[in-house]
Amino acid sequence: MIALRDVHKAFGSKRVLDGVSLDVPEGQNTVIIGQSGAGKSVLLKLIVGLFTADAGAVEVDGAEVAALDPAGLVALRGTIGYVFQFAALFDSMTVRENLALGLERKGVTGEAQRARIAEALALVNLPGTEERYPAELSGGMRKRVGIARAIALRPKYILYDEPTSGLDPVTTAVMDELMVKTRDLGHTGVIVTHDMRSAERVGDRMAMLYRGRIRQAGTVAELRASDDPVVHRFIAGLPGEDEAEAAARERAEAAAAGGAA
Amino acid sequence: MQELALARGAGGGFVAGVGRGALTALRALGDVRTWAPHLAQQMRRLGVDSVPIAIFIAVFTGIVLALLSNYIFTGAVPLYLVGALVGKTVTMELAPVLTGMALAGRVGANIAAELGTMRVTEQVDALETLAYDANAYLVVPRVLAATLMFPVVTAFAMAIGICSGWVAAIGILDLTALQFKKGLLLFYEFKDIWFGLLKSASFGFAVALMGSLQGLASGGGAQGVGAAATRAVVLGCEAILMLDAFWAVVLL
Repeated sequence: MIALRDVHKAFGSKRVLDGVSLDVPEGQNTVIIGQSGAGKSVLLKLIVGLFTADAGAVEVDGAEVAALDPAGLVALRGTIGYVFQFAALFDSMTVRENLALGLERKGVTGEAQRARIAEALALVNLPGTEERYPAELSGGMRKRVGIARAIALRPKYILYDEPTSGLDPVTTAVMDELMVKTRDLGHTGVIVTHDMRSAERVGDRMAMLYRGRIRQAGTVAELRASDDPVVHRFIAGLPGEDEAEAAARERAEAAAAGGAA
Repeated sequence: MQELALARGAGGGFVAGVGRGALTALRALGDVRTWAPHLAQQMRRLGVDSVPIAIFIAVFTGIVLALLSNYIFTGAVPLYLVGALVGKTVTMELAPVLTGMALAGRVGANIAAELGTMRVTEQVDALETLAYDANAYLVVPRVLAATLMFPVVTAFAMAIGICSGWVAAIGILDLTALQFKKGLLLFYEFKDIWFGLLKSASFGFAVALMGSLQGLASGGGAQGVGAAATRAVVLGCEAILMLDAFWAVVLL
Protein backbone atom coordinates (compact mmCIF):
# COMPACT_ATOMS: atom_id res chain seq x y z
CA MET A 1 0.00 0.00 0.00
CA ILE A 2 1.06 3.57 -0.62
CA ALA A 3 0.54 5.89 2.34
CA LEU A 4 1.22 9.60 2.70
CA ARG A 5 1.39 10.98 6.23
CA ASP A 6 1.23 14.75 6.78
CA VAL A 7 3.45 15.44 3.76
CA HIS A 8 4.78 18.97 3.23
CA LYS A 9 6.65 20.20 0.18
CA ALA A 10 7.66 23.71 -0.84
CA PHE A 11 9.73 25.09 -3.73
CA GLY A 12 11.40 28.23 -2.45
CA SER A 13 8.68 30.34 -0.88
CA LYS A 14 5.89 28.52 -2.76
CA ARG A 15 4.23 25.98 -0.48
CA VAL A 16 2.83 23.24 -2.71
CA LEU A 17 1.82 20.49 -0.27
CA ASP A 18 0.81 21.51 3.22
CA GLY A 19 0.02 18.38 5.21
CA VAL A 20 -1.23 15.80 2.72
CA SER A 21 -2.37 12.48 4.19
CA LEU A 22 -3.73 9.77 1.94
CA ASP A 23 -3.92 5.96 1.73
CA VAL A 24 -3.87 4.26 -1.66
CA PRO A 25 -5.44 0.80 -1.36
CA GLU A 26 -4.04 -2.04 -3.46
CA GLY A 27 -5.78 -3.39 -6.52
CA GLN A 28 -7.77 -0.23 -7.15
CA ASN A 29 -7.44 2.95 -9.18
CA THR A 30 -7.18 6.00 -6.94
CA VAL A 31 -7.73 9.26 -8.81
CA ILE A 32 -6.32 12.49 -7.44
CA ILE A 33 -8.18 15.50 -8.75
CA GLY A 34 -7.48 19.16 -8.28
CA GLN A 35 -6.81 22.34 -10.19
CA SER A 36 -3.71 22.87 -12.29
CA GLY A 37 -0.78 23.75 -10.05
CA ALA A 38 -2.38 22.13 -7.00
CA GLY A 39 0.65 19.86 -6.54
CA LYS A 40 -0.77 16.61 -7.96
CA SER A 41 2.30 15.80 -10.06
CA VAL A 42 4.58 16.70 -7.14
CA LEU A 43 2.72 14.13 -5.09
CA LEU A 44 3.44 11.41 -7.68
CA LYS A 45 7.11 12.38 -7.81
CA LEU A 46 7.32 12.10 -4.03
CA ILE A 47 5.96 8.54 -4.22
CA VAL A 48 8.62 7.45 -6.71
CA GLY A 49 11.43 9.30 -4.94
CA LEU A 50 12.10 11.96 -7.59
CA PHE A 51 11.38 14.59 -4.91
CA THR A 52 11.88 14.37 -1.18
CA ALA A 53 9.25 15.68 1.24
CA ASP A 54 10.25 18.59 3.49
CA ALA A 55 8.26 17.03 6.32
CA GLY A 56 6.01 14.03 6.82
CA ALA A 57 6.41 10.55 5.39
CA VAL A 58 5.72 8.81 2.09
CA GLU A 59 5.55 5.04 2.54
CA VAL A 60 5.38 2.36 -0.12
CA ASP A 61 4.76 -1.15 1.16
CA GLY A 62 5.83 -0.02 4.62
CA ALA A 63 9.16 1.47 3.54
CA GLU A 64 9.68 5.21 3.92
CA VAL A 65 10.83 6.46 0.52
CA ALA A 66 13.04 9.29 1.86
CA ALA A 67 14.93 6.88 4.12
CA LEU A 68 15.87 4.45 1.34
CA ASP A 69 19.51 4.10 0.29
CA PRO A 70 20.28 4.08 -3.48
CA ALA A 71 19.88 0.29 -3.67
CA GLY A 72 16.57 0.53 -1.83
CA LEU A 73 15.39 3.25 -4.18
CA VAL A 74 16.28 1.09 -7.19
CA ALA A 75 14.29 -1.77 -5.66
CA LEU A 76 11.33 0.53 -4.97
CA ARG A 77 11.34 1.85 -8.52
CA GLY A 78 11.27 -1.74 -9.72
CA THR A 79 7.78 -1.99 -8.24
CA ILE A 80 6.48 1.28 -9.70
CA GLY A 81 5.72 2.19 -13.30
CA TYR A 82 5.43 5.89 -14.09
CA VAL A 83 3.46 7.28 -17.02
CA PHE A 84 4.55 10.86 -17.67
CA GLN A 85 2.24 13.65 -18.80
CA PHE A 86 4.03 14.05 -22.12
CA ALA A 87 5.15 10.40 -22.21
CA ALA A 88 8.86 11.34 -21.75
CA LEU A 89 9.95 8.78 -24.32
CA PHE A 90 13.62 8.82 -25.26
CA ASP A 91 13.73 10.63 -28.62
CA SER A 92 16.84 8.92 -29.89
CA MET A 93 15.47 5.43 -29.31
CA THR A 94 12.87 3.39 -31.15
CA VAL A 95 9.71 2.26 -29.37
CA ARG A 96 11.30 -1.15 -28.83
CA GLU A 97 14.44 0.40 -27.33
CA ASN A 98 12.31 2.61 -25.08
CA LEU A 99 10.55 -0.44 -23.70
CA ALA A 100 13.72 -2.52 -23.55
CA LEU A 101 15.60 0.01 -21.41
CA GLY A 102 13.69 -0.71 -18.21
CA LEU A 103 13.54 -4.44 -18.94
CA GLU A 104 17.31 -4.64 -19.35
CA ARG A 105 17.71 -3.01 -15.97
CA LYS A 106 15.55 -5.76 -14.52
CA GLY A 107 17.64 -8.42 -16.25
CA VAL A 108 14.96 -9.33 -18.82
CA THR A 109 16.81 -9.91 -22.10
CA GLY A 110 16.64 -11.91 -25.32
CA GLU A 111 13.46 -13.77 -26.22
CA ALA A 112 11.80 -12.99 -22.90
CA GLN A 113 12.34 -9.28 -23.53
CA ARG A 114 10.94 -9.49 -27.06
CA ALA A 115 7.86 -11.32 -25.75
CA ARG A 116 7.28 -8.74 -22.98
CA ILE A 117 7.57 -5.86 -25.45
CA ALA A 118 5.18 -7.47 -27.91
CA GLU A 119 2.73 -8.25 -25.10
CA ALA A 120 2.82 -4.69 -23.73
CA LEU A 121 2.39 -3.12 -27.17
CA ALA A 122 -0.50 -5.47 -27.95
CA LEU A 123 -2.16 -4.45 -24.69
CA VAL A 124 -2.07 -0.77 -25.68
CA ASN A 125 -3.15 -1.69 -29.20
CA LEU A 126 0.08 -0.62 -30.88
CA PRO A 127 1.50 -3.83 -32.33
CA GLY A 128 4.01 -3.37 -35.13
CA THR A 129 5.31 -0.01 -33.92
CA GLU A 130 8.52 -1.45 -32.41
CA GLU A 131 10.89 0.13 -34.91
CA ARG A 132 9.26 3.56 -35.06
CA TYR A 133 10.72 6.60 -33.31
CA PRO A 134 8.65 8.76 -30.92
CA ALA A 135 8.71 11.64 -33.43
CA GLU A 136 6.81 9.40 -35.87
CA LEU A 137 3.94 8.84 -33.42
CA SER A 138 0.90 10.96 -32.57
CA GLY A 139 0.47 12.39 -29.06
CA GLY A 140 -2.03 9.67 -28.13
CA MET A 141 0.24 6.92 -29.47
CA ARG A 142 3.17 8.31 -27.52
CA LYS A 143 1.12 8.25 -24.32
CA ARG A 144 0.11 4.65 -25.01
CA VAL A 145 3.76 3.74 -25.56
CA GLY A 146 4.43 5.40 -22.20
CA ILE A 147 1.85 3.10 -20.62
CA ALA A 148 3.33 0.10 -22.45
CA ARG A 149 6.77 1.02 -21.08
CA ALA A 150 5.34 0.98 -17.57
CA ILE A 151 3.28 -2.20 -18.03
CA ALA A 152 6.17 -4.13 -19.60
CA LEU A 153 7.96 -3.93 -16.27
CA ARG A 154 4.99 -5.65 -14.59
CA PRO A 155 5.03 -3.21 -11.70
CA LYS A 156 2.84 -3.46 -8.64
CA TYR A 157 1.88 0.20 -8.92
CA ILE A 158 1.39 2.44 -11.94
CA LEU A 159 1.41 6.22 -11.47
CA TYR A 160 -0.29 8.18 -14.25
CA ASP A 161 0.45 11.91 -14.55
CA GLU A 162 -2.36 13.62 -16.50
CA PRO A 163 -2.77 10.66 -18.86
CA THR A 164 -5.56 12.22 -20.92
CA SER A 165 -4.49 15.86 -21.10
CA GLY A 166 -4.39 17.21 -24.64
CA LEU A 167 -6.11 14.18 -26.16
CA ASP A 168 -9.25 14.09 -28.28
CA PRO A 169 -12.35 12.45 -26.71
CA VAL A 170 -11.94 9.18 -28.59
CA THR A 171 -8.27 8.77 -27.63
CA THR A 172 -9.18 9.79 -24.08
CA ALA A 173 -11.72 6.96 -23.97
CA VAL A 174 -9.06 4.54 -25.23
CA MET A 175 -6.68 5.70 -22.50
CA ASP A 176 -9.42 5.31 -19.90
CA GLU A 177 -10.09 1.76 -21.05
CA LEU A 178 -6.39 1.03 -20.76
CA MET A 179 -6.24 2.28 -17.18
CA VAL A 180 -9.22 0.12 -16.25
CA LYS A 181 -7.64 -2.83 -18.05
CA THR A 182 -4.34 -2.44 -16.18
CA ARG A 183 -6.22 -2.33 -12.89
CA ASP A 184 -8.08 -5.51 -13.84
CA LEU A 185 -4.70 -7.12 -14.51
CA GLY A 186 -3.82 -6.43 -10.88
CA HIS A 187 -1.85 -3.17 -11.09
CA THR A 188 -2.69 -0.57 -8.45
CA GLY A 189 -3.16 2.79 -10.15
CA VAL A 190 -2.68 6.33 -8.92
CA ILE A 191 -4.06 8.69 -11.53
CA VAL A 192 -3.59 12.42 -11.40
CA THR A 193 -6.03 14.35 -13.55
CA HIS A 194 -8.37 17.30 -13.72
CA ASP A 195 -10.52 15.63 -16.36
CA MET A 196 -13.61 14.70 -14.33
CA ARG A 197 -15.19 12.54 -17.02
CA SER A 198 -12.05 10.44 -17.24
CA ALA A 199 -11.70 10.38 -13.45
CA GLU A 200 -15.19 8.93 -13.04
CA ARG A 201 -14.61 6.33 -15.73
CA VAL A 202 -11.34 4.94 -14.34
CA GLY A 203 -11.49 5.66 -10.60
CA ASP A 204 -12.51 3.36 -7.78
CA ARG A 205 -11.57 5.95 -5.23
CA MET A 206 -11.04 9.65 -5.57
CA ALA A 207 -9.27 12.34 -3.55
CA MET A 208 -9.37 16.05 -4.12
CA LEU A 209 -6.23 18.09 -3.53
CA TYR A 210 -6.99 21.68 -2.62
CA ARG A 211 -4.66 24.34 -1.24
CA GLY A 212 -1.98 21.79 -0.40
CA ARG A 213 -4.23 19.36 1.46
CA ILE A 214 -6.63 16.54 0.72
CA ARG A 215 -10.00 18.24 0.83
CA GLN A 216 -12.01 15.03 0.63
CA ALA A 217 -11.27 11.39 -0.16
CA GLY A 218 -13.65 8.51 -0.72
CA THR A 219 -15.33 6.50 -3.41
CA VAL A 220 -16.25 8.18 -6.66
CA ALA A 221 -19.91 8.10 -5.64
CA GLU A 222 -19.12 9.72 -2.30
CA LEU A 223 -17.30 12.61 -3.92
CA ARG A 224 -20.04 12.98 -6.52
CA ALA A 225 -22.56 13.36 -3.72
CA SER A 226 -20.31 15.61 -1.65
CA ASP A 227 -21.93 18.61 0.00
CA ASP A 228 -18.53 20.30 0.33
CA PRO A 229 -18.93 23.39 -1.88
CA VAL A 230 -15.30 23.28 -3.07
CA VAL A 231 -15.55 19.63 -4.13
CA HIS A 232 -18.99 20.14 -5.61
CA ARG A 233 -17.89 23.17 -7.65
CA PHE A 234 -14.82 21.36 -9.00
CA ILE A 235 -16.76 18.25 -10.01
CA ALA A 236 -19.52 20.35 -11.58
CA GLY A 237 -16.93 22.50 -13.36
CA LEU A 238 -18.13 25.73 -11.77
CA PRO A 239 -15.79 28.61 -10.94
CA GLY A 240 -14.59 28.10 -7.38
CA GLU A 241 -13.73 30.36 -4.52
CA ASP A 242 -10.26 31.08 -5.90
CA GLU A 243 -11.57 31.99 -9.34
CA ALA A 244 -14.34 34.17 -7.87
CA GLU A 245 -11.81 35.96 -5.66
CA ALA A 246 -9.45 36.47 -8.60
CA ALA A 247 -12.24 37.81 -10.80
CA ALA A 248 -13.40 40.20 -8.05
CA ARG A 249 -9.82 41.40 -7.56
CA GLU A 250 -9.39 41.97 -11.31
CA ARG A 251 -12.67 43.91 -11.44
CA ALA A 252 -11.57 46.04 -8.48
CA GLU A 253 -8.18 46.70 -10.07
CA ALA A 254 -9.78 47.61 -13.39
CA ALA A 255 -12.17 49.96 -11.64
CA ALA A 256 -9.33 51.57 -9.71
CA ALA A 257 -7.31 52.00 -12.90
CA GLY A 258 -10.34 53.52 -14.65
CA GLY A 259 -10.90 55.91 -11.74
CA ALA A 260 -7.25 56.98 -11.74
CA ALA A 261 -7.40 57.73 -15.47
CA MET B 1 18.01 13.31 -8.21
CA GLN B 2 18.63 16.23 -5.97
CA GLU B 3 22.33 15.99 -6.67
CA LEU B 4 21.53 16.53 -10.33
CA ALA B 5 20.12 19.95 -9.55
CA LEU B 6 23.35 21.01 -7.90
CA ALA B 7 24.24 23.79 -10.28
CA ARG B 8 20.92 25.44 -9.54
CA GLY B 9 22.86 26.54 -6.50
CA ALA B 10 20.62 25.66 -3.59
CA GLY B 11 23.20 27.26 -1.30
CA GLY B 12 26.89 26.55 -1.14
CA GLY B 13 27.77 28.53 -4.24
CA PHE B 14 28.93 27.60 -7.70
CA VAL B 15 32.29 26.05 -6.83
CA ALA B 16 30.72 23.84 -4.16
CA GLY B 17 28.05 22.88 -6.69
CA VAL B 18 30.66 21.84 -9.26
CA GLY B 19 32.56 19.95 -6.56
CA ARG B 20 29.43 18.08 -5.51
CA GLY B 21 28.65 17.34 -9.15
CA ALA B 22 32.15 15.96 -9.74
CA LEU B 23 31.89 13.80 -6.61
CA THR B 24 28.49 12.48 -7.63
CA ALA B 25 29.83 11.61 -11.07
CA LEU B 26 32.83 9.97 -9.44
CA ARG B 27 30.57 7.82 -7.26
CA ALA B 28 28.59 6.84 -10.37
CA LEU B 29 31.85 5.48 -11.89
CA GLY B 30 31.25 2.32 -9.88
CA ASP B 31 28.09 1.57 -11.87
CA VAL B 32 30.13 0.21 -14.80
CA ARG B 33 27.20 -1.88 -16.12
CA THR B 34 25.31 1.35 -16.84
CA TRP B 35 27.94 3.61 -18.40
CA ALA B 36 30.26 1.18 -20.18
CA PRO B 37 27.92 0.34 -23.10
CA HIS B 38 27.70 4.06 -24.01
CA LEU B 39 31.38 4.97 -23.79
CA ALA B 40 32.43 4.04 -27.34
CA GLN B 41 29.48 5.91 -28.86
CA GLN B 42 30.31 9.04 -26.86
CA MET B 43 34.01 8.77 -27.78
CA ARG B 44 33.01 8.80 -31.43
CA ARG B 45 30.51 11.66 -31.03
CA LEU B 46 32.65 13.90 -28.83
CA GLY B 47 36.08 12.93 -30.11
CA VAL B 48 36.21 11.49 -33.60
CA ASP B 49 33.53 13.86 -34.93
CA SER B 50 35.54 16.82 -33.55
CA VAL B 51 38.72 16.00 -35.51
CA PRO B 52 37.80 18.07 -38.63
CA ILE B 53 37.33 21.31 -36.67
CA ALA B 54 40.58 20.71 -34.76
CA ILE B 55 42.45 20.13 -38.04
CA PHE B 56 40.95 23.27 -39.56
CA ILE B 57 42.16 25.37 -36.64
CA ALA B 58 45.58 23.71 -36.56
CA VAL B 59 46.27 24.31 -40.26
CA PHE B 60 45.86 28.07 -39.96
CA THR B 61 47.56 28.26 -36.57
CA GLY B 62 50.69 26.61 -37.98
CA ILE B 63 50.80 28.93 -41.00
CA VAL B 64 50.31 32.11 -38.95
CA LEU B 65 52.84 31.01 -36.36
CA ALA B 66 55.53 30.34 -38.99
CA LEU B 67 54.96 33.74 -40.60
CA LEU B 68 54.85 35.51 -37.24
CA SER B 69 58.06 33.96 -35.96
CA ASN B 70 59.80 34.75 -39.26
CA TYR B 71 58.67 38.37 -38.86
CA ILE B 72 60.01 38.49 -35.28
CA PHE B 73 63.29 36.65 -35.94
CA THR B 74 64.38 38.28 -39.22
CA GLY B 75 67.61 40.20 -38.64
CA ALA B 76 67.79 39.16 -35.00
CA VAL B 77 68.29 35.39 -34.70
CA PRO B 78 68.86 32.53 -37.16
CA LEU B 79 65.66 31.77 -39.07
CA TYR B 80 65.83 28.01 -38.47
CA LEU B 81 64.55 28.90 -34.99
CA VAL B 82 61.13 29.33 -36.68
CA GLY B 83 60.91 25.53 -36.43
CA ALA B 84 61.66 25.65 -32.72
CA LEU B 85 59.03 28.27 -32.02
CA VAL B 86 56.36 26.56 -34.12
CA GLY B 87 57.09 23.17 -32.52
CA LYS B 88 57.18 24.36 -28.94
CA THR B 89 54.17 26.66 -29.03
CA VAL B 90 51.97 24.32 -31.03
CA THR B 91 52.63 21.26 -28.86
CA MET B 92 52.71 22.96 -25.48
CA GLU B 93 50.10 25.68 -25.82
CA LEU B 94 48.27 26.42 -29.01
CA ALA B 95 47.09 22.95 -30.01
CA PRO B 96 45.72 22.04 -26.57
CA VAL B 97 44.20 25.45 -25.77
CA LEU B 98 42.75 26.36 -29.17
CA THR B 99 41.42 22.83 -29.67
CA GLY B 100 40.03 22.92 -26.14
CA MET B 101 38.28 26.24 -26.78
CA ALA B 102 36.78 25.04 -30.04
CA LEU B 103 35.61 21.83 -28.39
CA ALA B 104 34.22 23.77 -25.44
CA GLY B 105 31.85 25.28 -27.99
CA ARG B 106 31.13 22.11 -29.90
CA VAL B 107 31.17 19.50 -27.14
CA GLY B 108 30.13 21.61 -24.14
CA ALA B 109 27.14 23.16 -25.89
CA ASN B 110 26.17 19.81 -27.40
CA ILE B 111 26.14 18.06 -24.03
CA ALA B 112 24.32 20.90 -22.25
CA ALA B 113 21.65 21.17 -24.95
CA GLU B 114 21.11 17.43 -25.12
CA LEU B 115 20.88 16.86 -21.37
CA GLY B 116 18.95 20.11 -20.89
CA THR B 117 16.32 18.98 -23.38
CA MET B 118 16.14 15.62 -21.65
CA ARG B 119 15.70 17.41 -18.33
CA VAL B 120 12.86 19.73 -19.43
CA THR B 121 11.02 16.94 -21.27
CA GLU B 122 11.24 14.74 -18.15
CA GLN B 123 13.39 12.13 -19.91
CA VAL B 124 15.90 12.34 -17.06
CA ASP B 125 13.09 11.68 -14.57
CA ALA B 126 11.89 8.80 -16.75
CA LEU B 127 15.39 7.32 -16.67
CA GLU B 128 15.40 7.47 -12.88
CA THR B 129 11.96 5.88 -12.59
CA LEU B 130 13.34 3.01 -14.70
CA ALA B 131 15.83 2.51 -11.86
CA TYR B 132 18.85 4.00 -13.66
CA ASP B 133 21.32 6.38 -12.04
CA ALA B 134 21.16 9.38 -14.39
CA ASN B 135 24.74 10.29 -13.51
CA ALA B 136 26.00 6.86 -14.49
CA TYR B 137 23.91 6.74 -17.64
CA LEU B 138 24.37 10.30 -18.91
CA VAL B 139 27.26 12.08 -17.20
CA VAL B 140 29.97 9.44 -16.72
CA PRO B 141 30.22 8.25 -20.35
CA ARG B 142 30.38 11.82 -21.62
CA VAL B 143 32.98 13.00 -19.10
CA LEU B 144 35.11 9.88 -19.60
CA ALA B 145 34.83 10.08 -23.39
CA ALA B 146 35.87 13.75 -23.44
CA THR B 147 38.76 13.11 -21.02
CA LEU B 148 40.04 10.27 -23.20
CA MET B 149 39.39 11.83 -26.61
CA PHE B 150 40.49 15.47 -26.15
CA PRO B 151 44.17 14.34 -26.08
CA VAL B 152 43.64 12.28 -29.24
CA VAL B 153 42.09 15.24 -31.07
CA THR B 154 44.84 17.49 -29.70
CA ALA B 155 47.50 15.06 -30.95
CA PHE B 156 46.05 15.42 -34.44
CA ALA B 157 46.08 19.20 -34.02
CA MET B 158 49.73 19.12 -32.91
CA ALA B 159 50.81 17.08 -35.93
CA ILE B 160 48.79 19.12 -38.41
CA GLY B 161 49.87 22.45 -36.86
CA ILE B 162 53.55 21.57 -37.13
CA CYS B 163 53.14 20.23 -40.66
CA SER B 164 51.31 23.34 -41.84
CA GLY B 165 53.98 25.54 -40.22
CA TRP B 166 56.61 23.45 -42.00
CA VAL B 167 54.86 23.79 -45.36
CA ALA B 168 54.42 27.55 -44.83
CA ALA B 169 58.09 27.93 -43.90
CA ILE B 170 59.16 26.14 -47.07
CA GLY B 171 56.55 27.61 -49.38
CA ILE B 172 56.29 31.20 -48.22
CA LEU B 173 59.51 31.87 -46.29
CA ASP B 174 63.14 31.44 -47.35
CA LEU B 175 63.62 28.30 -45.28
CA THR B 176 64.48 24.79 -46.37
CA ALA B 177 62.85 21.69 -44.97
CA LEU B 178 66.12 20.76 -43.25
CA GLN B 179 66.45 24.17 -41.60
CA PHE B 180 62.93 23.95 -40.23
CA LYS B 181 63.60 20.40 -38.99
CA LYS B 182 66.85 21.53 -37.36
CA GLY B 183 64.99 24.20 -35.40
CA LEU B 184 62.14 21.84 -34.59
CA LEU B 185 64.46 19.26 -33.02
CA LEU B 186 66.82 21.75 -31.40
CA PHE B 187 64.87 22.26 -28.17
CA TYR B 188 62.50 19.31 -28.47
CA GLU B 189 61.73 17.36 -25.31
CA PHE B 190 59.21 14.56 -24.88
CA LYS B 191 57.76 16.57 -22.04
CA ASP B 192 56.45 19.07 -24.63
CA ILE B 193 54.12 16.40 -25.97
CA TRP B 194 52.87 14.87 -22.73
CA PHE B 195 52.47 18.29 -21.16
CA GLY B 196 50.12 19.31 -23.98
CA LEU B 197 48.23 16.02 -23.92
CA LEU B 198 47.83 16.02 -20.14
CA LYS B 199 46.45 19.54 -20.29
CA SER B 200 43.99 18.60 -23.00
CA ALA B 201 42.74 15.62 -20.96
CA SER B 202 41.97 17.97 -18.07
CA PHE B 203 40.26 20.36 -20.52
CA GLY B 204 38.10 17.51 -21.77
CA PHE B 205 37.10 16.57 -18.23
CA ALA B 206 36.19 20.18 -17.37
CA VAL B 207 34.28 20.90 -20.59
CA ALA B 208 32.18 17.72 -20.39
CA LEU B 209 31.52 18.14 -16.67
CA MET B 210 30.39 21.77 -17.12
CA GLY B 211 28.18 20.78 -20.04
CA SER B 212 26.62 17.92 -18.07
CA LEU B 213 26.00 19.93 -14.91
CA GLN B 214 24.54 22.90 -16.75
CA GLY B 215 22.37 20.64 -18.89
CA LEU B 216 20.97 18.69 -15.95
CA ALA B 217 20.36 21.88 -13.99
CA SER B 218 18.48 23.60 -16.80
CA GLY B 219 14.81 24.41 -16.54
CA GLY B 220 12.23 26.71 -18.06
CA GLY B 221 11.84 25.18 -21.51
CA ALA B 222 13.73 26.15 -24.65
CA GLN B 223 15.00 29.41 -23.15
CA GLY B 224 16.41 27.54 -20.16
CA VAL B 225 18.14 25.02 -22.39
CA GLY B 226 19.64 27.82 -24.49
CA ALA B 227 20.90 29.57 -21.37
CA ALA B 228 22.38 26.30 -20.10
CA ALA B 229 24.25 25.78 -23.39
CA THR B 230 25.62 29.33 -23.26
CA ARG B 231 26.73 28.91 -19.64
CA ALA B 232 28.36 25.59 -20.47
CA VAL B 233 30.49 27.18 -23.22
CA VAL B 234 31.48 30.20 -21.13
CA LEU B 235 32.31 28.11 -18.05
CA GLY B 236 34.13 25.53 -20.18
CA CYS B 237 36.35 28.24 -21.70
CA GLU B 238 37.01 29.78 -18.30
CA ALA B 239 37.91 26.38 -16.88
CA ILE B 240 40.34 25.80 -19.75
CA LEU B 241 42.14 29.08 -19.10
CA MET B 242 42.37 28.41 -15.37
CA LEU B 243 43.60 24.85 -15.87
CA ASP B 244 46.12 26.11 -18.44
CA ALA B 245 47.60 28.47 -15.86
CA PHE B 246 47.46 25.75 -13.20
CA TRP B 247 49.46 23.23 -15.26
CA ALA B 248 51.98 25.90 -16.23
CA VAL B 249 52.58 26.73 -12.56
CA VAL B 250 52.72 23.09 -11.49
CA LEU B 251 54.69 21.47 -14.31
CA LEU B 252 56.94 24.11 -15.89
